[in-house]
Amino acid sequence: MLILECPYCGVKGEETEFHGGGEAHLKRFGPGSDDDQFHDYLFSRVNPKGVHLERWRHVNGCGKWFHAARDTMTLEVFGTYSAQVFEPPQDIKDKISAKRPGWQWREFS
Amino acid sequence: MSTRLATGGRLLDKTKAVEFQFNGKRLKGYAGDTLASALLANDQMMVGRSFKYHRPRGVVASGAEEPNALFNMGQGAKFEPNQRATTTELFSGLYATSQNHWPTLEFDIGAINTLLARFLPAGFYYKMFMYPRTFWKHVYEPFVRQSAGLGKAPDAETKDADTYEHFYFFADVTVIGGGVAGLQAAKVAAKSGQKVLLIEQTSAWGGRAAVDGGEVDGQPVADWIDATIAELDAMENVTLRLRTMASGVYDHGYVLGYERVTDHQPDVTGPRHRLWRIRAGHIVTATGAIERPLSFAGNDVPGVLLAAAVRDYAVNWGVSIGDRTVVVTNNDNAYRTAITLKELGLEVPAIIDARAEGGGALADKARDMGIRVENGKAVVKVKGTKRVEGVAIGLQAGEGAVLETIKCEAVAMSGGWSPVVHLWSHCGGKLIWDEAEAHFRPDPDRAPKGDAGQAFVTCAGSASGAMGLGDVLADATSAGAKATGKRKPKAPAGDARDEAPMAPVWMMPQGAGAKLKMKMWLDPQNDVKVSDVQLAAREGYESVEHTKRYTTLGMATDQGKLSNINGLAILSDALNQPIPQTGTTTFRPPYTPISMGAIAGEARVATFQPIRRTPMQDWHEGQNPFFEPVGHWRRAYCYNRPGETHGQAVEREINQTRNSLGLLDASTLGKLIVKGPDAGKFLDMLYTNMMSTLIPGKCRYGLMCTENGFLSDDGVVARIDEDTFLCHTTTGGAERIHAHMEEWLQTEWWDWKVYVANVTEQFAQVAVVGPNARKLLEKLGGMDVSKEALGFMEWADGQIGGFDARVYRISFSGELSYEIAVPASQGAAFWNALMEAGEEFGVMPYGTEALHVMRAEKGFIMIGDETDGTVIPQDLGLNWAISKKKEDYLGKRAQERSHMADPNRWKLVGLETVDGSVLPDGAYAVADGKNENGQRNVQGRVTSTYYSPTLKKGIAMGLVHRGPDRMGEVIEFPTIGGANVKARIVDPVFYDKEGEKQNV
Ligand SMILES: [Zn+2]
Repeated sequence: MLILECPYCGVKGEETEFHGGGEAHLKRFGPGSDDDQFHDYLFSRVNPKGVHLERWRHVNGCGKWFHAARDTMTLEVFGTYSAQVFEPPQDIKDKISAKRPGWQWREFS
Repeated sequence: MSTRLATGGRLLDKTKAVEFQFNGKRLKGYAGDTLASALLANDQMMVGRSFKYHRPRGVVASGAEEPNALFNMGQGAKFEPNQRATTTELFSGLYATSQNHWPTLEFDIGAINTLLARFLPAGFYYKMFMYPRTFWKHVYEPFVRQSAGLGKAPDAETKDADTYEHFYFFADVTVIGGGVAGLQAAKVAAKSGQKVLLIEQTSAWGGRAAVDGGEVDGQPVADWIDATIAELDAMENVTLRLRTMASGVYDHGYVLGYERVTDHQPDVTGPRHRLWRIRAGHIVTATGAIERPLSFAGNDVPGVLLAAAVRDYAVNWGVSIGDRTVVVTNNDNAYRTAITLKELGLEVPAIIDARAEGGGALADKARDMGIRVENGKAVVKVKGTKRVEGVAIGLQAGEGAVLETIKCEAVAMSGGWSPVVHLWSHCGGKLIWDEAEAHFRPDPDRAPKGDAGQAFVTCAGSASGAMGLGDVLADATSAGAKATGKRKPKAPAGDARDEAPMAPVWMMPQGAGAKLKMKMWLDPQNDVKVSDVQLAAREGYESVEHTKRYTTLGMATDQGKLSNINGLAILSDALNQPIPQTGTTTFRPPYTPISMGAIAGEARVATFQPIRRTPMQDWHEGQNPFFEPVGHWRRAYCYNRPGETHGQAVEREINQTRNSLGLLDASTLGKLIVKGPDAGKFLDMLYTNMMSTLIPGKCRYGLMCTENGFLSDDGVVARIDEDTFLCHTTTGGAERIHAHMEEWLQTEWWDWKVYVANVTEQFAQVAVVGPNARKLLEKLGGMDVSKEALGFMEWADGQIGGFDARVYRISFSGELSYEIAVPASQGAAFWNALMEAGEEFGVMPYGTEALHVMRAEKGFIMIGDETDGTVIPQDLGLNWAISKKKEDYLGKRAQERSHMADPNRWKLVGLETVDGSVLPDGAYAVADGKNENGQRNVQGRVTSTYYSPTLKKGIAMGLVHRGPDRMGEVIEFPTIGGANVKARIVDPVFYDKEGEKQNV
C-alpha cells in the first residue's frame, strides 16, 4: 500500500485515499487526427520497468487530480506535482535525475 | 507412547487442569498447553490423514510451520476448519475433530489410495482428468469434489457468531518476533525514544532461547528475557503484543498484524480477532528460523518429529513423544534434543549423524552422557504405520542396505535451519544462498524499498542467518540501531556458537533407490514425495514455480514452510544445477492463514455496504414493496397488494398510471449542477448534442459517451440560467459522471471556468404521471402548470400545494408527466400530500419494473440494458441526439473509426414475437452457418423484453445485424428449452408513436 502526498492539500495519505489514473501527460487527439494518432492516444501506454509519470486522484480527500513520478520496480516516489502542467516541473526532473541518472520517460528526460 | 512427564513444562500451570474434547473423547490438559501438546500428552500420536493417500499423520512441529495437525474446531456458528493444533492454545471446553478421513481417523477407506500411490504420481490430476470430455460430469467432477479440500466448509446457513475488528497503528519501528533478537532490537530502538511496536505470534516471549538456554551477560537467558520485557513494558513509547502474527509486509512500510484476542479465552467478551493495520517507519523482522525435516523413507509416520519440536514438547509442556527417541541429524543443533531427553531421564538409543566427520562439542557432551553416536549413518526407513516402532539404519553414503534395526517410539530429525525470510520477501527483499548453512538468507544490500527509496526492512537474529546466541544478540543490536538511524550501542554478550559445520543432506541415504524415494515425504500434507519432484524434472519442469504447481509441493495450508528448501534441493539435483540457480518460489502473504472474519472486520451486514435512502424510504418500506438494489439504493420493484404476484402488481401499476395517475419516487436520479461562464462550452464537449444553445427554462435529453465512443450515460439537462445547467444522470450514475466531469475539467480543460456540484441528495424528486397528473397539481394549487405556461420539455420554479418546487415537464413513460423536485427535507411531506390529494384519481405508487415496461413500450433506451460498454449512440438510432454542427465532443473521433462507422453493426430495433409470447431476456438470434469454433452464428440479441399490459403481448428491443434495414423480417431465437421463438423486426416504439399523450 503506497504512501502518496497530495500536492494540493498537502496530505500524506494511504493508497486507499487515492485512485490511480494511468499515464500522465497524454496529449488528446480529437476529430481531424489520423487513425494512428488516435489509436495511440486511446490505447498505447508505455508500462516501463522504472521511472513512470502517472495520474492519481485524491478521491477520498480533496478530490483533486495530481501527477506522481514513481519507480514501478522499487515503488520509490520521486515526487508529486500539479496535474495542470504539460511536463514535469524542473525540480521533479532534477529529483529523478539525482536518483536515476539518464532516465527517460516518453519525451521527457 | 507419548505421555506427560512428571516434571517439566515451563509454560504449564499444573494447578489448572483443562478439559477438552477430541473426536468425542474427553481429555485433560493444563493451562498453558497447546492443543498439540495436550493431545500428545494423551498419547494421540495420529492426528489426521494426508490429502491424497490418506496416510496416517502425526504432529511434526511445535509452531506455525506444522503441516499435519489441522482440525475442525468448534461447533455450529463457531465452527471453523483447518485450525492448527500447534498454535491453538488449550481452553476449557475446546471441541476438536480430525479431518480428511471416512469413516474414522483410525479406519479410513481413502487410505486405499496409498496402495494406488504408483498410479497417483505428480501431475496426476492434470493427466487423469483431461479426457474423455464426457467423463467430467459424472465421473471426474464428483471424484474431485469428494476429495477436494481438507476440512469441512462451515454450514452455509450459519452466521459466524463472533465479532472482529480492525485497528490502525503507527509506529516509528515495528519489531516482528519476540525472541531474544526481537527483544534486543526493540530495546535498542526504544532507547532512542522512538515509538516502538513489538509483536509476537505465540503466547510467550523468548522464542527458542527460552527452551535452549544459554547465558547473556553472565545471567541465564530466561532471566534476561524477563528483565528485558519488564524494561520494555515500563517504557511509554513501547507497545507489546503477544498472540499477534505479522501476516504480511507491504509497500512503504505497511504491515498487517493478526491478533488472536479471545481464541484462547472464549468466555471473555470482545472481538475474537483484531486486524492491525500498521504503518511503520522501519520494520525489523526477528522471525527466527525453522528447522528442516530430512528425507528418508517413512519420515511421515506419526512419531517422526522435528528435533527442536521434540525439545519444545519436553521443555515447554513436559511431554515426551516416546520413551525411546532416535535422533537423526546433519548438524550439531539436534544433539541438544538428545541431551535434553537424556537429562529428563528418557532413552536415546542412538544419534544417527549423516556427517562422516560427526559433530563438535555437543556431540562430545552427548557421548559423555553415554549416548551412542553413529557418524556417517542414515535412517534407511522407519518401521511402523500408525506410529513409529523402530528405525532401520545404514550408511549415508550407501544405497539403503540395512545394518541394524533399532527399536524406538519416536524419531527426532533435523536437516538444518532455514531463516524465516517470508516477511522480508513479501515486499521485494532479495535472498542469498548461504553455502555453509545450506539455506537462503536475506541479502541486507537488497532490502525492500520505501517511498523515499530507503530500505525499510531489516532482519535480526536467526531470521538474518545469525545462528547462536552471541551472534543473534550482536545482529539484533545492529538491526535496532539501523531501524532508528542512531548509533549502535554495545551488544550484550551471549554464548558463542561452538558447533561443527553442518552438511547438506537432501536425501537419506544418498543413493536410495526408487522404492525408498517413493516413501520419502517432502510435503506431508499434500503428499508430495522426493520421487514426485524427480518425476516432474524428468517430464521437463525446470522452473520451480511450475514444479510447485505440477506436484502441489508447498501448496498446502502450511505453504511449504517445511518442504520448500528440501523440494528445491531435490529439483536442483535432478536438474543438475546449483540451488541458487533454481531459486525459490514466491513468498506471499499471509505468513499463516488469517480468518476471513478478521479481514472483514466490522464490515458485516449493514456496515458492509451502507444503503442509501431517499427522503420517502420510510413510506416505501411501509407499503410491502419488493425492493431491488439499484446502485447503493433500494428501489421498490413493485408494491404488492395482498395476494398479488409481482407480475400482477406491475400490471396494476401500469394500467393505473396509463389510465389515470401514478407516482414514482425519482429521487435517486443523479442531479449535477454545472455552473460557470464556460459551462455551455463544457457540456458541448460532454454531451453528443448541443447544450450551449439550450434556452434557460428549457430541457433537453442528452447522451454522454466515453472518449472511446461508447454510450456511458443519459439524462435530461435543464438550463437554469445563462451560467447554470442542471444535468440529470441515471440512478447510480451521479458519482461516476461527477468524477468523469471533474477528470476532464481538472486534467484537460483546466483553464475553463466551470465547476460541478453533486446535489443528488439535496432534492427529493417525484414523477407525477398519467392523464390526471395536471389535475392533481392544479388541485394542490400554486404555480401554473398548464400546457401554455409549462410546455413539454420546459421547467419552472414555483409552489405546489405550499411546497417550494421545481417542476420539469419531462416524460419517461410517454404520459403527461411532471417531475417535481422539492428540498429533501420536504420530500416525505410532499409525497404524502400527493398521495392524499390523488386519492380521487385512484393514485398509486409505481415501482421500477412498471417504469421499465412503460419506457420500453415507448422505445426509450435504458443505460445498462440497451448499452453494455460496447454500444455507441448510432447503434441505438439516436443520431437525432448527436450534433452534426459540433467540431468535437468526447467520443466523436472514436465514432469515426472504421469499425464504429461500419454499416454492419448490430442496431436497435423492436422485436415482436409472432405468437405474442415474451422473448427470453438476453436471447440470441441465430444466423446461418457456424463460426470458427463450431458454434452457431448469431445475428442479434434481446436487450429488453417485457409483457406489455398496455398492448397485451410481449414486446422487446434488441440489437440486430443491420436491424433497421430489415423491418418486417422474422428472425429466430433459440430458447433454453430448445424451442425456437420467431420474432418480427419492428419499430422500437410500440406505443403512441406520435407522442400525443405526453404532449398535452
Ligand atoms: Zn488532496
